Amino acid sequence: MAVSLAHFLTVSAILLVLGVFGIFLNRKNVIVILMSVELILLAVNLNLVAFSAALGDLTGQVFTMFILTVAAAEAAIGLAIVVIYFRNRGTIEVEDISTLKG
Amino acid sequence: MNWTLALPELALALSGLAILGIGVLPKRNTHFASAIAAVGALLLAAALTLGTPEGTAFGGQFVSDGFARFSKVLVLLGAAAGIVLAIDFNAKEGLDRFEYPVLLVFATLGMMVMVSANDLMSLYIGLELLSLSLYVVAAFNRDDERSAEAGLKYFVLGALASGLLLYGSSLVYGFTGTTNFDRIADALTDPSKASSGLIVGLVFVMVGLAFKVSAVPFHMWTPDVYEGAPTPVTAFFAAAPKVAAIALFARVLAGPFGDLSGQWQQVIVLISLLSMVLGGFAAIGQQNIKRLMAYSSIGHVGYALVGLAAASEAGLRGLLVYMAIYLLMNLGAFAVLVAMRRQGRAVERVDDLAGLARTDLGMAVWMAIFMFSMAGIPPLAGFFGKMFVFKAAVDAGLWTLAIVGILSSVVSAFYYLRIVKVMFFDETAGALDPRPATVSFVMAGSGLFTALFFLWPAPLVAAAQAAVAALLG
Repeated sequence: MAVSLAHFLTVSAILLVLGVFGIFLNRKNVIVILMSVELILLAVNLNLVAFSAALGDLTGQVFTMFILTVAAAEAAIGLAIVVIYFRNRGTIEVEDISTLKG
Repeated sequence: MNWTLALPELALALSGLAILGIGVLPKRNTHFASAIAAVGALLLAAALTLGTPEGTAFGGQFVSDGFARFSKVLVLLGAAAGIVLAIDFNAKEGLDRFEYPVLLVFATLGMMVMVSANDLMSLYIGLELLSLSLYVVAAFNRDDERSAEAGLKYFVLGALASGLLLYGSSLVYGFTGTTNFDRIADALTDPSKASSGLIVGLVFVMVGLAFKVSAVPFHMWTPDVYEGAPTPVTAFFAAAPKVAAIALFARVLAGPFGDLSGQWQQVIVLISLLSMVLGGFAAIGQQNIKRLMAYSSIGHVGYALVGLAAASEAGLRGLLVYMAIYLLMNLGAFAVLVAMRRQGRAVERVDDLAGLARTDLGMAVWMAIFMFSMAGIPPLAGFFGKMFVFKAAVDAGLWTLAIVGILSSVVSAFYYLRIVKVMFFDETAGALDPRPATVSFVMAGSGLFTALFFLWPAPLVAAAQAAVAALLG
């Protein structure tokens, strides 16, 4: 069985759903949320590369390069914010992040 | 390649890097100097923007037109006011680090790229430059638990929104074969041929943008972030990025997806309706004034989106006029919030304004003007903003939207007027500290605009009209 565009799109849709659920169902740890965000971005990259190959057009791969670069910056900033949060609270449990509400 | 079209952005980027370079030199207390330099850079960029010719550059990634110019001038003014408001506050709170103006300059650069985007790629890069800077400034008071929590929440939900926007972009790319806005529009001239994959992509893009403008049901980060971030940061959040995100929303929907208006109109109607109602009701019980302003801003986004829901020239013009007025009156109201300090400590409860009229009549009067304007009471500026969008909605046959909008603005008048009542009729809670000149300057500037807009509305309306004409081409 040849691997077609539909297979790639299915895998990437599954990755996206896993990422979104990882953010919303996760009650443990903020690091897992950062991993879920990366998962979403990888789903997008897979989508773009698959479309790029199927269309015979390079734009999608250029887009992927941009996303990879920005994702690295985003992860760095996310980890920095998690570190200052840990310094203040001594915990990064998701359930404890609830000082602000109302 | 006509790079001179991006001259304002290039000037701003180079100034930001120069301020960053000067800031890291081993000298003490460079915060004030860098803030002044940043304001200068923003005003220079605004002047350059006014002289920029029209056209596309960078291989169709970047467009300079009347719409981009209008939004950029608003964004630059909002950002400059945001930096001015922060000067005194940051010094008193021990946040006077030179990075603050630099971050705001880069956030503004991101906004300028966003509103000039003519391709899904430049849209994403601009949006991320803005978002990454905002995550950092939300957590700028890094020794404060609430600021760190605001930064964390904003980061998680902002990253999720970017991810959904990107997923939508990838589907749009896959089903149209291009990321360029002009070519997407060409591919979609026949709406009946739009595939369901493309519609799903469009919905994902709209979800991502709705997160960024904090429209219901994607608003849940807004109250927490507004409350937790330092007050000048909140003032900035509520002003310039909101205008830029709404402008981007309008450009994406009216530009490449203009022919699919039958598909996106119903979604915009729904989120606009929900935002107006939630903005009206959820703010009523709030005691923290920053949280109250967060719900107020959600409501204002709802009113602005009424103009987009109308999907007509008059509606988009109303949207732009609304955002211009919203920007200025919101900056004024936040100037009052920044000035709320008692015995050297920032206070942020509604009750802390009690009896302000007896201790600082000037500030109480300005605040009353902003509150009346936000409630939409004539002849203040806020009334005209609402009038334009509701008129457009009625002309487009969206009666439900206009009626719900008017009813929810009556509801929201309750909490705006409560602030006025607390300031003028309650027992004083003790005098606030004298307000700094920088804050008074912003307060008076936006107060004069808000109060006197009705005398001379023509220039703003004409500018918005020209901007919309450029957008609809």
